[in-house]
Amino acid sequence: MNALRNAALVAVVAVAIVLQAVVLRYVSVDGVVPNLALVLVVVVAVSRGSQFAAVFGFGAGLLLDLAPPADHVAGRWALALVVVGYLAGRVRQDARESPVASVLLVGAMSFVGTSVFALSGVLLQDGALPVDLTLRVLAISVLWDLMLAPFVVPPLLRLVDRLGSDEVAAARPVSLARTS
Amino acid sequence: MRRRRFGQGPTHDGSRRVLGLLVLAALTVITLDARAGDGSPIDPARAAVGSLFGPVESTTAAVTRPFADAISSFRTNKSLRGDVATLAAENSRLRGEVSTDPLDRQRLAELDGLTRTAAETGYSLVGARVIAIGPVQSFTRSVTIDVGTSSGVTKNMTVLNNDGLVGRVVQATSSTATVLLIVDTESVVGARLGTNSEIGFLRGRGSIADSGRLDLELVDNAVVPSGGDVVVTWGSQNGVPYVAGIPIGRVESVVSSPRQSSRIAVIVPFVDFSALDVVGVVVPQGTTGDRPVISTPTGKADR
Repeated sequence: MNALRNAALVAVVAVAIVLQAVVLRYVSVDGVVPNLALVLVVVVAVSRGSQFAAVFGFGAGLLLDLAPPADHVAGRWALALVVVGYLAGRVRQDARESPVASVLLVGAMSFVGTSVFALSGVLLQDGALPVDLTLRVLAISVLWDLMLAPFVVPPLLRLVDRLGSDEVAAARPVSLARTS
Repeated sequence: MRRRRFGQGPTHDGSRRVLGLLVLAALTVITLDARAGDGSPIDPARAAVGSLFGPVESTTAAVTRPFADAISSFRTNKSLRGDVATLAAENSRLRGEVSTDPLDRQRLAELDGLTRTAAETGYSLVGARVIAIGPVQSFTRSVTIDVGTSSGVTKNMTVLNNDGLVGRVVQATSSTATVLLIVDTESVVGARLGTNSEIGFLRGRGSIADSGRLDLELVDNAVVPSGGDVVVTWGSQNGVPYVAGIPIGRVESVVSSPRQSSRIAVIVPFVDFSALDVVGVVVPQGTTGDRPVISTPTGKADR
């Protein structure tokens, strides 16, 4: 049963990655699209805690690194999303209690994740842009994720909670109803 | 509200250990991929994931295209851009109203242009459509096209459209291929000035916006490119990775930096990278595959 649930989570992240590359390009701002995979990692962290989210972030990041049309050094998104999953899991209690906090958490994690990715690019000299352009991309992507979070986080949270262990779902029926 | 400290809970130590292990794993993958250069040990994994995601991306692109066309035909209205909530709400209403006829006609014109390009340059082309675009957050400019090795497309082939040079194939699975655009910062193209045949190296700046520009560094510092001069590919042996004579762009201005004692010509690309759709991949003469090959009247027609 657990393996089945985890497989379902992998399927959800695969859908997010495909949507990000294929569908969201039509609404991109200068090529920057909402980072659905990152939002999903934050949601999983809020639902399941930092340990699970770090593992999930690693997997999601690796898929993001390998799925076409990615052409950067593999492992960079994996690193960024491990950090995102871990940090988001550490403050999950606060994000659980209010929808506003969870939206702000997505914004903060979008900043952290994109920054870690950009910094790894600078260190590896892999597709690094000039500083002003990098900051611009960073700002647009944080704004995108912030804008999308109120619409995407509650349904995703409900979905991930349903896919989560019974213990988690049973422990928080009240706050669940409020966030959704 | 009850105050809690961060990171409480029985799994605290365990999660820290897991974090350490995962960061180490990510760094290992990065090192493996970055150090190896060509023929990296990650390539098989990339190919495997690519062959899984490629067909899914193709299908998603095919299914969502009518909706996307409705959006893109209204995109000229710039204020709509970025307002995803408004777009989502209006989308269903617009879907009914918008006929995709003009867009199909435009695609036909693009295909006509490709056929003409094949006739003018003497190269054989395989037609393809862009199905996915890499997000700029990844700081690389690459796209996925819906042809792969089953159509005779392999690594290091030139990709162009009816305006000019688009990029080169960096990976190919059986049904899709990843194209590195020439505006990417990692892309270097051997280029030649149209009027005096001076050669140089063309690098991208990583932006696909309308202001996206390329930098041309000429080998001979004494040459001053004139504004409006057309830049074409210089071409290398066997046309790998770029074939010769494909138009790239026009000289906009010349910047000289006294420190480096070199001149950089700023090039406006002919191709609109934010609206890529129909492209062609230059394949060797006599290529056969599951896609028709557009070739010159003098060359052997395959289909």
